[in-house]
Amino acid sequence: MLGKLSWSAFPINEPIDIVASALMILAVVAILAWITVKGWWPYLWREWLTSVDHKRIGVMYCVLALVMLLRGFVDAIMMRSQQAIAVGNAPGYLPPEHYDQIFSAHGTIMIFFMAMPFMIGLMNFALPLQLGVRDVAFPTLNSVSLWLNASGVLLTNISLVVGEFARTGWLAYPPLSELQFSPGVGVDYYLWALQISGVGTLLTGINFVTTILKMRAPGMTYMRMPVFCWTALASNLLIVAAFPILTATFAMLLLDRYLGFHFFTVDGDGNPMMYINLIWAWGHPEVYILILPAFGIFSEVISTFSGKPLFGYRSMVAATMAICILSFLVWLHHFFTMGAGADVNGFFGVMTMIIAVPTGVKIYNWLFTMYGGRVRFTVPILWSLGFMVTFILGGMTGVLLAVPPADFVLHNSLFLIAHFHNVIIGGVVFGAFAGYTYWFPKAFGFTLHEGLGKAAFWCWFIGFYLAFMPLYALGLMGMTRRMQHYEDPSWQPLLLIAAAGAVVILVGIVFTILQLVVSIRTRDQRRDLTGDPWDGRTLEWSTPSPPPSWNFAVMPLVEGEDAFWRMKRKARAEQGRPAEAVDYEPIEMPVNSATGFITAFFAVITGFALIWYIWWMVGLGLLGAFATTLVFAWREIEEIEIPVEEVARIDRAYRAGLVQ
Amino acid sequence: MTEDLYDRAPGDDEFPGSRREETLAGLRTYLIGLALAVILTATSFWAASTSLLWAPGVPIGLAVLAIAQMGIHLVFFLHITTGPDNTNNVLALAFGVLIVALVVAGSLWIMANLTANVMPSSDLMNLQMQH
Amino acid sequence: MSAITISHGGHGAHAGAHEGGPASKRIIVAYGFWIFLLSDIVMFSAIFATYAVLSRATAGGPGGAELFNPTSVAIETACLLASSFTCGLMSLAINEEHRTATYLSAAVTFLLGAAFLTLELREFAGMIAVGATPQRSAFLSAFFTLVGCHGAHVSVGLLWLVVMMAQVAGKGFKPRIMRRLACFSLFWHALDIIWVALFSIVYLMGGR
Repeated sequence: MLGKLSWSAFPINEPIDIVASALMILAVVAILAWITVKGWWPYLWREWLTSVDHKRIGVMYCVLALVMLLRGFVDAIMMRSQQAIAVGNAPGYLPPEHYDQIFSAHGTIMIFFMAMPFMIGLMNFALPLQLGVRDVAFPTLNSVSLWLNASGVLLTNISLVVGEFARTGWLAYPPLSELQFSPGVGVDYYLWALQISGVGTLLTGINFVTTILKMRAPGMTYMRMPVFCWTALASNLLIVAAFPILTATFAMLLLDRYLGFHFFTVDGDGNPMMYINLIWAWGHPEVYILILPAFGIFSEVISTFSGKPLFGYRSMVAATMAICILSFLVWLHHFFTMGAGADVNGFFGVMTMIIAVPTGVKIYNWLFTMYGGRVRFTVPILWSLGFMVTFILGGMTGVLLAVPPADFVLHNSLFLIAHFHNVIIGGVVFGAFAGYTYWFPKAFGFTLHEGLGKAAFWCWFIGFYLAFMPLYALGLMGMTRRMQHYEDPSWQPLLLIAAAGAVVILVGIVFTILQLVVSIRTRDQRRDLTGDPWDGRTLEWSTPSPPPSWNFAVMPLVEGEDAFWRMKRKARAEQGRPAEAVDYEPIEMPVNSATGFITAFFAVITGFALIWYIWWMVGLGLLGAFATTLVFAWREIEEIEIPVEEVARIDRAYRAGLVQ
Repeated sequence: MTEDLYDRAPGDDEFPGSRREETLAGLRTYLIGLALAVILTATSFWAASTSLLWAPGVPIGLAVLAIAQMGIHLVFFLHITTGPDNTNNVLALAFGVLIVALVVAGSLWIMANLTANVMPSSDLMNLQMQH
Repeated sequence: MSAITISHGGHGAHAGAHEGGPASKRIIVAYGFWIFLLSDIVMFSAIFATYAVLSRATAGGPGGAELFNPTSVAIETACLLASSFTCGLMSLAINEEHRTATYLSAAVTFLLGAAFLTLELREFAGMIAVGATPQRSAFLSAFFTLVGCHGAHVSVGLLWLVVMMAQVAGKGFKPRIMRRLACFSLFWHALDIIWVALFSIVYLMGGR
């Protein structure tokens, strides 16, 4: 009746797991109870859960990411503390079977459920505003994407309580991930959670590519788009190109596991190396999917807070698109040691070094943007400066690893771990925080507390170096990755420093949470009344904070790069002349829809049923999803008309607030 | 709304004149496409089974014929042409083709090298298979 | 006193598509679906690549030459190609908003697609009957997955066609129905393009 599911799926014998599960369930129940007691369900359902507004969807993605940051970070603290003590005779407190799940969950959560949602959330929020349009190309599909991602998150978190997670690392290499060597449900949780959220991500890619290429404000040619839009285009083109590979590869592994196929098995002439080849053909573009939006955010932040246009706009665009194409020419550098030989290794090694060049171009452009400008040292700029220093370091160790003979020594050592955390934290996480602190006032109508933001930055920055520089040394000393226990006592001091670094980062996270809480409490003192708290240059700052659902009362006419900056200059030049009468019209906006939420509900049911081999439930879930599609296809009302009085009222109030 | 002077939806056909003329012109396009596709397909099947052709050249010939057939489909059924209003559509297609080429060619090259270097020889394989 | 005047966009008769603002819904929807199709083709290419790598991995079992039936493949190809043509006829009928012609050409398209699937399932059943199951070897796993994935797409296409005809019956040729029908056409033609690659590489090259 219930497939493989039985009472033994609950963590009855593992004390740490019991505590973790209990805490998580308690937190979830507490939040749900609080919402119920306050009577917020109707509001939440109407305004957020069924919203197809890109701004709301963007905020929800970022909330998801921040929550999963905590979850993934707990995994990190557990790993650091285990490694700090488990030397020689000391076994540590995490047995290998548990430790393996922790590092697998850490990687999976941080990449798929923290970094991706954060970047997608920021793109969701800012892209249509920067393009000067009212929403993305497919708003309901956007909602579906969000909730499918959330389904993946939910399934992964359920694995903490019911069953287990994969023990195979975040990429689940066969043969270890095959049924023969991983007979439990862990790998299935991993695969189905990622297949479901992968569909969501692919749909986002399609949505954003179409938006950028087919929906821009009048006058906004390609070369007048903000650089963030270019990096978003490149990132989403990569999503469209790479995620199908992930889907296909996971599908083949699932066929091996569920139907006894022989794609990657050790018998039946299967070839596990093909999995590694394909998964990295996705995996390398994936890291560029993550970093490109971050590069875009830094371009916006640096030019805004330097008070100068971005240096070298054309070379930035060229570098971005070059990185987009090149990212599909380097993937073998993740498995130099698998044995493809010198010719192949040499080619991919050289390509990997070449891809560092356009990134270098970007760094120089950012530096030259700041040079000669009046740099205001706000929190977003601090994150950008921290990024430049940290990312250069990480990039250089990457070029070192790109040399195949060097990689033969350092592959899968802590040097590698240090390198990718260096670029991902220094690049993606710092970029996420820069974007978060930069666009927060636009999203919520009040600024974040600067002092606490600076404290958060410095803790992250210092904590990062404390936590990861020792790992470079340890890698060179021979320590392999993913070790639950080790013999060499000379490694321990360095691992203790690393653990201390993790604690400093934890303090940084606490400051971030504190910053949010304090800012909300004191929000009336820090209201953004003009919509332009930073003296911005791009179109999102030409709207009220927060913008109405239709973004712009009248679509802006774009006459050059840094469209809003031009408008402000023109307005200052035209001071004294009577303002033009604005020609308001009623605006048609898409209606809210429960399609996304309900589709995700059935996705979770189907996923859970597939994991536990509950076939009748699989059928029900699929039927439900199909029925939801039909209901959506047959709906009569697709749009709602915003009356012209409402449009006019909000716009007039905004303009009144602009007059100083 | 905006006039899409320089833009066309993929799959959209545009013929001047009345609806009836449009339909007839469209019918002509589909019929020509069908005829060409049938010829190319039949040639493929013939090439694969005949002994009249030099054997090592047949796979290449089949590949060329396949690409030609795909081209016929794209032009006559999907109306993807090289006009200025089709630029985005063609660029997207080109991007897709590039990725496909990189993934397939890259994988084949990599896997061929890996198999040659890593997989044990058949004698050793037999020993391994007998647990 | 002057507020920042945000001049509004022109109503684009003078400008090109993007200079005049966002494109029309028809273009946006079709382009988005085109991008989706390209992503689907990338997915197929990953499975294709795997098939190519595993095409000799027969684990001592039967290979393509022993198993493939050229006549069956030829008839399947003919069916699918014909259905692409009738789908084109359906597009013409939809353009004229001619209900009967639409239903008729849709029905023929459906039947041809169903014939294709029947023959393919027969082929699979025959192979399984002689022990050439996907569990037999990596080559067979790859074969069944690649061809089966295409067949699954055809099945979804047929289901979609039925739903679309129900929508035409219920709602007529409203703009959003037309947009969805346009997407279906793109999908159906793309499936035939993928089949060209499939029969050329798997059956014709692999059957030698």
